[in-house]
Amino acid sequence: MSSEARLPLSDPPAIRAEHLCRHYRMGETLIRAVDGVTLEVPAGEFVALLGSSGSGKSSVLNLIAGLDRPTSGSVIVHDRNLALLSREELARYRLHTVGMVFQSFNLIASMTLAENVELPMRFAEVDRGQRDNLAREALARVGLQARMNHRPSELSGGEQQRAALARALINRPQLLLADEPTGNLDSHTGTEIMNMVREINQQLGMTVVMVTHERALAERYAQRLIFLADGKLVGDESSSAVAAHAEAERIRP
Amino acid sequence: MKLPDLTELALRNLRESLLRNSLTTIGISVGVASLVAMLSLGIGLQQLASRRLMKSGLFDTVVVTSRRDLRNFGREEERSGPPPAESRILDEPTRQEIERLPNVLEAYPDIRFITELRYEDKPHLTMVAALPASAKTSDAFETVQGHFFSSDAAPEAVLQKAFAEELLGKMPKPGLDETNVSELAAPLLGKDLTMRYAQREAAQSGSSTQANDNDNHDDKKTAAADQSPAGAAYSVVSREQKLKIVGIADLDPESMRGPTRARVFLPLKLAESLHVMQPTDLREISRAPTGQPLYSSVSVRVKNPSQVQKVEDAIKKMGFNTFSILDASRSIQQFFKVLDVFLGIFGSLALAVAFIGIVNTLVMAILERRREIGIMKAIGASDGDIKKLFFAEAGAMGILGGIVGVALGWAIGQVINLGTNVYLKRQSFPPEHFWSVPWWLIAFAMVFSFLVSLVAGLYPAGRAAQLDPVQALRYE
Repeated sequence: MSSEARLPLSDPPAIRAEHLCRHYRMGETLIRAVDGVTLEVPAGEFVALLGSSGSGKSSVLNLIAGLDRPTSGSVIVHDRNLALLSREELARYRLHTVGMVFQSFNLIASMTLAENVELPMRFAEVDRGQRDNLAREALARVGLQARMNHRPSELSGGEQQRAALARALINRPQLLLADEPTGNLDSHTGTEIMNMVREINQQLGMTVVMVTHERALAERYAQRLIFLADGKLVGDESSSAVAAHAEAERIRP
Repeated sequence: MKLPDLTELALRNLRESLLRNSLTTIGISVGVASLVAMLSLGIGLQQLASRRLMKSGLFDTVVVTSRRDLRNFGREEERSGPPPAESRILDEPTRQEIERLPNVLEAYPDIRFITELRYEDKPHLTMVAALPASAKTSDAFETVQGHFFSSDAAPEAVLQKAFAEELLGKMPKPGLDETNVSELAAPLLGKDLTMRYAQREAAQSGSSTQANDNDNHDDKKTAAADQSPAGAAYSVVSREQKLKIVGIADLDPESMRGPTRARVFLPLKLAESLHVMQPTDLREISRAPTGQPLYSSVSVRVKNPSQVQKVEDAIKKMGFNTFSILDASRSIQQFFKVLDVFLGIFGSLALAVAFIGIVNTLVMAILERRREIGIMKAIGASDGDIKKLFFAEAGAMGILGGIVGVALGWAIGQVINLGTNVYLKRQSFPPEHFWSVPWWLIAFAMVFSFLVSLVAGLYPAGRAAQLDPVQALRYE
């Protein structure tokens, strides 16, 4: 099934990449990290970007996240061409439209969990009084209300990743981007995190793009698998779990 | 990001690497302290000097002479105005007129003459000068042994140290000025002096002999002048006046203003009442039959040194020559300005070192917090947020360093003040306050420290803001 066929024409895609390229020089050699990728992700879809290391999957994710700019081509997220945004606009885009989780959690070590979750709200200039409550609620939702005032180093990997998820969602983004979210976790906690991500995708209808190199994990949770090699798109298929999810999607209002 | 959040995050970051940031802040403090110390020393010295000079009466005094006094004629600035022969004379009404000028405290005649004084029947020839009551507060008489004149007309005298030595038959050692004034005072205070002088007396017209200078002899010579068409004449009579020695002044006769080189001082009113023959009497004899006393010069005390120029101009407009050492004071002020600049530069050197310290600390912080900056950018911090955060850290160090530095500078000043005063006391000098930290200096130092820190933060903040988040996040 092609992506075009699954897309209702009236509904614009959440993400559209056209001839997306990210080249950079390393000494004499030109590295084509992303080399002409064209793809569309409809709103509410859970997509896994698969590939071996160096295939360019993380680079594509960084381009969608607005952390990096394409050398050529365009990434359009919710009708905004990221290639044309200023640095300032790109920062605002990352703040309000995107939530990110990383393999190494990337919590700020000197801050407690509550402060970490609060940080994006500081950048968004959310009222001080509101921030406390929102951070507490977000941490409660991932089951960390008891560890609010702990620093990341005092927590397990799973707990840290849960806090990172809470932080990623605190400004109510439209897109959740996850870069190997279970890479540093054992399989049990990995499953726990992935269940949470799936819950976010299904309950909030949030578009999720996850980079992983574990096909089994992608098959189990994502609706669609996109394969990359040497910066090029080499495969795009529905996961085996897609039928069940498509069914679930269809009956959702 | 809002300012309270910025401040909170900045202070949190400063606390995270407490040792390094404390050391940097101490560096700023030392810089600010040295700046404050240097400048307050300069300001203090300047205040001390101007206080001294104000007291000495040198800077608030204008000496007025008649243009008819040809001794001054020919000086460049006084060539304008009417020729000497047509200029006004300096007499009592003129003195009163000058005294009524705005900003003038008092105008008193300079009465000075050379005459003979007898002490225990031994004659001594010296210069006598009259002092107004206001001289009591001048620095020169601050350390007088005994006391100043009991009233402005009392038959009393204050002696200069060297003259006191002469009366006691002590020979001052050349080059040495170590005589203890109190030693001299003991045998002399309360004793009587007999002053012989030539009194000018209005005379019946007719008797005519020769004009005579009053400055050398005690001959019972009667001099009168009778050249005036109006027939004005006076005689010069030799008189005696008993004076009680009430004080010995430890002052250098060469450094005084009005009564230069005088070694015996009389109260002004007493001196005026004596009608001592003055050199000007002879010079003006041909044209001033007013019966009012004439003065060779009048000293004018001005309320404030800054008004000296105005008063001088007003008196010049009246047609007199004036002299003040305002120009000398200008060059002194200039000297202190230059001194302040130099002290400021030396003080700033330490702050310049602190400046480099801040840059270094923040650049180190960027390297250390590279990943953190990347995370912040990934979750939505703008370049501006990151820049402001580093600025806030630099500014916070600047403010803290400024506060500690001002306190430190002030403390250094107090310690040095204390130390010098202990030293001065040992040398039996009065204590001095030559360390002054005015409010504006405190404010200036703090603002300066803050600004210097912000400027120091400029480069690191810019670098942090430009950090590529993808690379920063890859960095372990």
